[in-house]
Amino acid sequence: MTTCAPLLELRNLQKHYFLRPNLLGKPTATVHALDDVNLTLSAGETLSIVGESGCGKSTLGKTVVRLHQPTDGQILLDGRRVDQIGGAELKAFRARVQVVFQDPYSSLNPRIRVRDTLSEPLHNFGLAKDAAAVTQRVEELLDMVGLPRDAAGRYPHEFSGGQRQRIAIARALSPRPDLIVCDEAVSALDVSVKAQIVNLLGDIQKKTGLAMLFISHDLAIVEHLTHRVAVMYLGRVVEVGNRREIFGNALHPYTRALISAVPQPDPMNKTRRKLLTGDVPSPIAPPPGCRFNTRCPFATDLCRAEVPVLRAVGGTHQIACHYDNLVEAAA
Amino acid sequence: MELLNVQHLRTHFRSAEGAVRAVEDVSFRLETGKTLAIVGESGSGKSVTSLSIMGLLDKKTARNSGSITFGGRNLLTLSEREMRKIRGNEIGMVFQEPMTSLNPVLSVGRQIGETLRLHQGLSRQAARTRAIDLLRLVDIPAPERRIDEYPHQLSGGMRQRVMIAIALACEPKLLIADEPTTALDVTVQAQVLDLMRDLQKRTGTAIILITHDLGVVADIADRVIVMYAGRTVEEAATADLYARPMHPYTKGLLATIPRLGSSLLPGEPARLEEIPGQVPSLRKPIHGCAFAGRCKFSVDLCRSKAPVLERKSEGHSVACHLADNGVSA
Repeated sequence: MTTCAPLLELRNLQKHYFLRPNLLGKPTATVHALDDVNLTLSAGETLSIVGESGCGKSTLGKTVVRLHQPTDGQILLDGRRVDQIGGAELKAFRARVQVVFQDPYSSLNPRIRVRDTLSEPLHNFGLAKDAAAVTQRVEELLDMVGLPRDAAGRYPHEFSGGQRQRIAIARALSPRPDLIVCDEAVSALDVSVKAQIVNLLGDIQKKTGLAMLFISHDLAIVEHLTHRVAVMYLGRVVEVGNRREIFGNALHPYTRALISAVPQPDPMNKTRRKLLTGDVPSPIAPPPGCRFNTRCPFATDLCRAEVPVLRAVGGTHQIACHYDNLVEAAA
Repeated sequence: MELLNVQHLRTHFRSAEGAVRAVEDVSFRLETGKTLAIVGESGSGKSVTSLSIMGLLDKKTARNSGSITFGGRNLLTLSEREMRKIRGNEIGMVFQEPMTSLNPVLSVGRQIGETLRLHQGLSRQAARTRAIDLLRLVDIPAPERRIDEYPHQLSGGMRQRVMIAIALACEPKLLIADEPTTALDVTVQAQVLDLMRDLQKRTGTAIILITHDLGVVADIADRVIVMYAGRTVEEAATADLYARPMHPYTKGLLATIPRLGSSLLPGEPARLEEIPGQVPSLRKPIHGCAFAGRCKFSVDLCRSKAPVLERKSEGHSVACHLADNGVSA
């Protein structure tokens, strides 16, 4: 961990959704989308959140940008709590924390020109003195994301998927944020365009020093661009570490299984280990104890009874498993 | 044994702004029991090719030419009535999104049974028994219970297993799978790919796999066709294609995907290779090579004359004027 205070800190963050109200309006079921999530992110750093659908990674992103209100726990930005703020404070927060979504077809307003999409944050947050400053900033943003300056006068439908995602990124950069949450921001793009956008995000981070929370299910991309990784399973963080610790020396059986399931673009390498069977259980009724115990080939009675807490295992590496290295120990 | 032979397939769509040339001259053969992958990005024509084989394109707007020979008949000349006997019976289909391709108001058993009753004339009871067997075949736990459930009660992976069960119900000679695992999580994707491979071994079905995922292709395909802007740019055996790609587009694709293990290399991660630019519009006729605008090797010849698919070595063909020069070395 870095010695300076982290830019973003999540303390015991929880997000539950309450379903199926009874006659009295009281919920009879609870979705445990996030449970007891503790994470930190420093300036200039990329933290990736990986996991299967339903693991809570998108809920985490939406909670961090305050699109969802956390059920419990704290969100700190520069050491100050931001989970309860509202009004002017929340507005100032929004200028500092921006988001890029997966689908550039639905995240851009089809009826306004690119110029207006990019300048809206400037007007909204009062970041430009006059019209000339707005025009200058819009041109700067278009240059930064590699779009021609004449794009400003055009509408989203005139652009391809990759170009639209560049517009969405430019919009997020517009108020000079300190943190961008990328929620599956490259997942919907074609292979040849995906590389362009991944490189663009890396370039922008180097240039501006912003922090990124990169939410993705694509492990190869994550390994390529991230500094640190948090692996989530059913609303809980099961393993955290820097990219070498996670991809070179994963200790949690779930992380191992997840990495080994990725098909490799190499026909000679068919040594895929099959560690996982079945599907993720429902987050409405997560299994007791370790939530992974129903699919873990090494689960013991302890795993079925007690929830493992995230603990340090050397370096920046943390796992939530009762055992130190279950996969190797069982082998 | 040759099962399917597609020759000079061409598909144009009529639209208000003129013709969309979705597929321009695609040819390939497929043998019994083999898996052919058709790889390409959006707009490459890979899905339209598969829809043409199944006769699922709207004849009012789509114009096909060329030939698709399956079991001695040209599928393009068959009537809708004749096609209906083949579809679901001799050719099975699996689509990307199992939630939209299953009927939400019919039980899983009804949907599997429908195929069996229609094509094989089974009784309601016999179809039910067979449907339970099929659910067991695709590794769905407790098939006797699941058979009466509805699609919304199943997870994404299980829905895709049901789709595969329906597609395999009549033991088709050919299974067309259009992005069958794209909507699934990696752990479930691995399970579904293993299932398809096992079933192929057991039943001898030939598979056409439409995908953009080169990892999936490496995992399961015997041969690969790479499509770009409606054209075949390269065709080869899978191992050969990955080891010796000849077309600059294929090479670009293989270079652009990040691979697991990059964190074990020393130093900072390198930039990913990029293929600059975008896929060309299919609304205007393309002169010369479709990839010329994005190709770093392109010369004047590339922009004036379209390259044809030529055999360069045993079982390896490429459509590139410069394939014999340094480009492919």
